[in-house]
Amino acid sequence: MSSLSDSTTLSPPVHDEATTVDHPAVGIDQTAGNFSYKVDYAFDAGTGLSEDTIRYISSVKKEAPWILEFRLAALKKFLAMPMPTHWATKDLENIDFQKIRYYLSQGQKPKRTWDEVPDDIKKTFERLGIPEQERKFLAGVEAQFDSEAAYSNIKDVVAKQGVIFVNSTEGLREHPELFKKFFGKVIPTGDNKFSALNSAVFSGGSFIYVPKGVKVAQPLQAYFRINAENFGQFERTLIIADEGAEVTYMEGCTAPKFSTSTLHSAVVELVALKGAKIQYITVQNWANNVFNLVTKRGVAHEDAEIKWIDCNIGSRLTMKYPGVVLKGERARGEVISIALANDGQHQDTGAKMIHAANNTTSNIVAKSISVGQGRSTYRGVVHIPKHLKGCKNNTECDALLINTNSRTDTYPAITVRGDKNSTQHEASVSKVSADMIFYMQQRGLTEAQAMSLAVNGFINDLARQFPMEYSVELKRLIDLEMEGSVG
Amino acid sequence: MSQLEIKDLHVSIGEKPIVKGLTLTIHSGEVHAIMGPNGTGKSTLSKAIAGHPDYAITSGEVLLDGASILGQEADERARAGIFLAFQYPSEIPGVSIANFLRAAQQARMAEGEELDASAYYKRLYSKMDLLKIDRKFTSRSVNDGFSGGEKKRCEILQMAMLEPKFALMDETDSGLDIDALRIVADGVNTMRGPNLGVLLITHYQRLLDHIVPDHVHVMYDGRIVKSGDKSLALELEAKGYDWIKKELAASAA
Repeated sequence: MSSLSDSTTLSPPVHDEATTVDHPAVGIDQTAGNFSYKVDYAFDAGTGLSEDTIRYISSVKKEAPWILEFRLAALKKFLAMPMPTHWATKDLENIDFQKIRYYLSQGQKPKRTWDEVPDDIKKTFERLGIPEQERKFLAGVEAQFDSEAAYSNIKDVVAKQGVIFVNSTEGLREHPELFKKFFGKVIPTGDNKFSALNSAVFSGGSFIYVPKGVKVAQPLQAYFRINAENFGQFERTLIIADEGAEVTYMEGCTAPKFSTSTLHSAVVELVALKGAKIQYITVQNWANNVFNLVTKRGVAHEDAEIKWIDCNIGSRLTMKYPGVVLKGERARGEVISIALANDGQHQDTGAKMIHAANNTTSNIVAKSISVGQGRSTYRGVVHIPKHLKGCKNNTECDALLINTNSRTDTYPAITVRGDKNSTQHEASVSKVSADMIFYMQQRGLTEAQAMSLAVNGFINDLARQFPMEYSVELKRLIDLEMEGSVG
Repeated sequence: MSQLEIKDLHVSIGEKPIVKGLTLTIHSGEVHAIMGPNGTGKSTLSKAIAGHPDYAITSGEVLLDGASILGQEADERARAGIFLAFQYPSEIPGVSIANFLRAAQQARMAEGEELDASAYYKRLYSKMDLLKIDRKFTSRSVNDGFSGGEKKRCEILQMAMLEPKFALMDETDSGLDIDALRIVADGVNTMRGPNLGVLLITHYQRLLDHIVPDHVHVMYDGRIVKSGDKSLALELEAKGYDWIKKELAASAA
């Protein structure tokens, strides 16, 4: 373990040019995110996981003692819990927790202007177009580089309304009265093995509070970038929308393609108090060596609404089932999910809707695309207990197979008890047929363009729900994926 | 002035020979009709020319303005000016006709060149006016849930937008009621002119009442066995295909 250095002076980068890692054999085009710059980390927890790792992380963050206790208790839980391989893929067993680096940063305090962000980190985000997006259409941005946010800013007009948008370290330190109340409550440490791991080693992520009645007009955005090899990113996000408040949060993520595996295991908790609305949008494009094991859940109080728009394109294995606990009467929950599994990828995604009050409604629309040897799985839980009345759920799962050797599975677990509730479930599997591709080619489109158009058509009704900038990005990512998948 | 030459073409599906030595030359401005009984290889001919991967050309040539197109992928042939109006057009859910045609136009442009969207829509609307197609039509997904007539209308609109040198119309009249048939015929007649060559593949004479061909060929067992002008179609209608079969049997004996 390296010593605890307070030095924030950095040695100059070894070389200035980005190293673009070769495309993987399967032909997935990761050009947008597939590069890494040499960065010197001032803080490094070393490789492997032990109590010392956690004490190191907690001490460089100068955390309150209760947080260290919380982390250490979580580590115990993590070590005691088995891997969920009885229902999940065996690929999880390939994660070697002792070969992962749990904390890497250049410092704990994010910069408020891009000019202050060190050059070696700044150019990564510039290349990903983050500062430009911020100027164009965002109310605030947090840009996380490995373990910590390198940049964090919120527009003055939004801050003046009392909106708090900080990283998790700052949130727990500066606003404990606000965040401690909900931190770890929506998703308890022991919810699953990976939420326990996150609770032990979490770093970065956003803590957001939107005061009563404040409607944030533009989205807040976080961008999560993994730069280092053998790294584990464990951001922790908590968003609280007070009564009648409204907020849209968007996250994007990329990592360079390394030959070894990378772990991304976040915990995201949302709290929508009475009449509040939270929309949480993810466009994930991890490199296909990333294990992406994320727990996301929200609690919707009376008349509140939580909507997850979850788009998973990259990664080696994604296991993610955003959920909404419909705790107050007339609360609404929605999950819109798009997953694209290319060769060597497994997208195991879905949704959870837990109805816990009368007249609550939930809607799940999941579309998955499997290309080549890619595998997509829909896994969902809808729970409406017997004593409730007037609850409604709608679940639609559509799968599109591009090749005959692609695979899709659907595991919808819908428990609706009592006769005063209703649910409807539809599932379909369709194929992009050779005739359909020939038809489009006969009009002059190349095979890749034809595939792309077919896939974009398949998700078109969902993509239209994205903010414009994100649906354009989504279309571009699909074009790139399909380009790499033919010929 | 273009020409499409089909020279001693042999086409197989799997191991089975379907087209067995067909020769035909079409010039711009001409409308040729190929008639024949079911299973004689008419549709196979059109799909093979368009480059369907399941149809293997075992020998012979197809030349567009003197250059072979047989080494080209289906999309290259399309961009070179070959259009196939499908008997059973595919459905493309979620892709509007307008976006589909836009992508097809964009595919014809040089790398890095962007289609001028407002000029494109102007042209699309003028073609729709010409073909008397409602403006709302192009916001629907390509062929998705379309009636037989709507599918053919969609094919005709695509043909009008893509302005091919040669249009191969595969059983365009099958399954159409008389109103739909008229839509197709009016469309083809509107586009007919010195820049377009048409190969009409049909089982029945009735389409030829509406699109009067310059040349009529009878196809039987993978070959053209008789050619003539439009009167041949009427003769076939009166005498039936058995007449051709008997003639062939007599000449073979």
